[in-house]
Amino acid sequence: MTAVITSGFDRTLPRHVSLRQTWRDTVIMAKRSLIKMRRTPEQLIDVTLQPIIFTVMFTYIFGGAIAGDVQSYLPMFIPGILVQTVLTGAAAAGTTLRDDMDKGVFDRFKSLPMARIAPLSGALAGDLVRYLIASTITFVMAYLMGYRPGGGLTGVVATVLLVMACAWALSWIFALIGVTMKSSRGVQGISFLVLFPLTFLSNVFVPIDSMPGWLQAFVHINPVTHIVNAARDLCNLGTFGADGWYALLGAVAVLVIFAPLAVRKYRTHT
Amino acid sequence: MTHEWAIEAHGLVKDFGSQRAVDHVDLTVAPGIVYGVLGPNGAGKTTTIRMLATLLGLDGGEASIFGHDVVRDAHRVRQLIGVTGQYASVDETLTALENLDIFCRLQGLTGKAVRAKSDELLASFGLTDAANKPLQNFSGGMRRRLDLAASLISRPPLIFLDEPTTGLDPRTRSQMWDTIRELVASGSTVLLTTQYLDEADQLADRIAVIDTGRVVAEGTSDDLKSLVGSAALQLTLADAADAEAACAAVARVTGATPTLSPENRRLNAPLTETSRVTEVLLALREVGIDIAELQVSKPSLDEVFLTITGHPTEPAIDLDLEEATR
Repeated sequence: MTAVITSGFDRTLPRHVSLRQTWRDTVIMAKRSLIKMRRTPEQLIDVTLQPIIFTVMFTYIFGGAIAGDVQSYLPMFIPGILVQTVLTGAAAAGTTLRDDMDKGVFDRFKSLPMARIAPLSGALAGDLVRYLIASTITFVMAYLMGYRPGGGLTGVVATVLLVMACAWALSWIFALIGVTMKSSRGVQGISFLVLFPLTFLSNVFVPIDSMPGWLQAFVHINPVTHIVNAARDLCNLGTFGADGWYALLGAVAVLVIFAPLAVRKYRTHT
Repeated sequence: MTHEWAIEAHGLVKDFGSQRAVDHVDLTVAPGIVYGVLGPNGAGKTTTIRMLATLLGLDGGEASIFGHDVVRDAHRVRQLIGVTGQYASVDETLTALENLDIFCRLQGLTGKAVRAKSDELLASFGLTDAANKPLQNFSGGMRRRLDLAASLISRPPLIFLDEPTTGLDPRTRSQMWDTIRELVASGSTVLLTTQYLDEADQLADRIAVIDTGRVVAEGTSDDLKSLVGSAALQLTLADAADAEAACAAVARVTGATPTLSPENRRLNAPLTETSRVTEVLLALREVGIDIAELQVSKPSLDEVFLTITGHPTEPAIDLDLEEATR
């Protein structure tokens, strides 16, 4: 502390955060959330236990009733439960963010000349690891129950990548809830109110044609339905069709609407 | 706005609901000094700092840091400031080193410079041995030190310290004072808030006294003290029941109503001349009031605060803390 500090008048200062810095700050913040995950492994309980329990439970509950037997239910069900499990993992993003923001360290982030989006985008990017864990366990369970995806390993990897990308985009909805609500309890409540219709009012568990017409209408516009269809195509056939593009389009639309809203809310949050 | 002030703020206003936390605060702080913002809890000190540090929006007025507007040019302002809040703004689940690592990188350091800077700061704040320990095991003082270290990464020319010594033990507190003096010696400007009059007196080149969201007095410590006369008389009564009679007797001699401490035993009275203390004592003997203790001193900021705002700073707890550090 002996060297002389440059005066505030003699410094050249960029006026805005560059795109490159935004990317760099996001990576730094993602690393931060990975360190936190490693330090508090209980954060990973949902993405490790849930795929084990849900995959087995729903397969044996619905398998016989819907597809006649468990083996013929697996190709339809596994891609669906994968999407459901990963999205449930994404729904925790809001609560984590809320808890984090209530701590003093967010004051420092706000006072630093860093990209305003980075504390959010970084945390959400760190969550990709959670999605990867959930996806891996889901497929391991499916394999143990006798599922052999027709799309092979490539199809499975492509499915996981697609689902992770879509979940990351949809997690901005939960991030917005996280920065808007005052308590993490409230965040959790609202997040589940959003999550349940999104995942259950889709084709995850049952074929659409068993539903009444008005419900079918919603199910058809639900981006989750398209993600599930695209995942089934990739997993079972190794193909990427219209549903895949709809899924990606839906993801981009959610991202474009919710990311700016979440960042704006975060900036004005006191 | 002219480019000569480190901080220039005019008519700052902040409302929380119907409550006005900051009510038209003006502040001008020259570069290279310690500027103290002194006031009791809830006076609006923290809110003022948060507005100046771009952490909180303004509901009125304007402010600039080294000529850059805190609202329009927030990103530039953030490159010029370090902020150490009342509650340590560091990451509890990470180690000290991991904290500094992240803050260094977020300020644009890369590669070996990150580790070098972190090590340098840990060493100068005496935290090298605790570098790899999680913060859960840190004492309040260590947390504060780490927090301040994190604020100094970019060697900012302006540092905001919000009650930097509240809750610290006397030894850590005097270490913090030394650090602040070193910072200013190396060319930084420091704006610090405090509820300790003693602290403002010791550290600050200029002081703004703030009460219920307003600046009620501003100047050097001597300026403020001169507001209350050249000397102060402090009497401790043998019997608290005499308080009223004693006040009346003192007022007759000095011409100013003395202020009473909360427990009714201590009287503070400004004196125009130190020699008048004899007359006061005579007056008290006449009415038969016994005195346990008597002290004549240069007025402390305590008296200044009392005189300006009409109420004491903070009750007993703070006084005790202050005495503990003397």
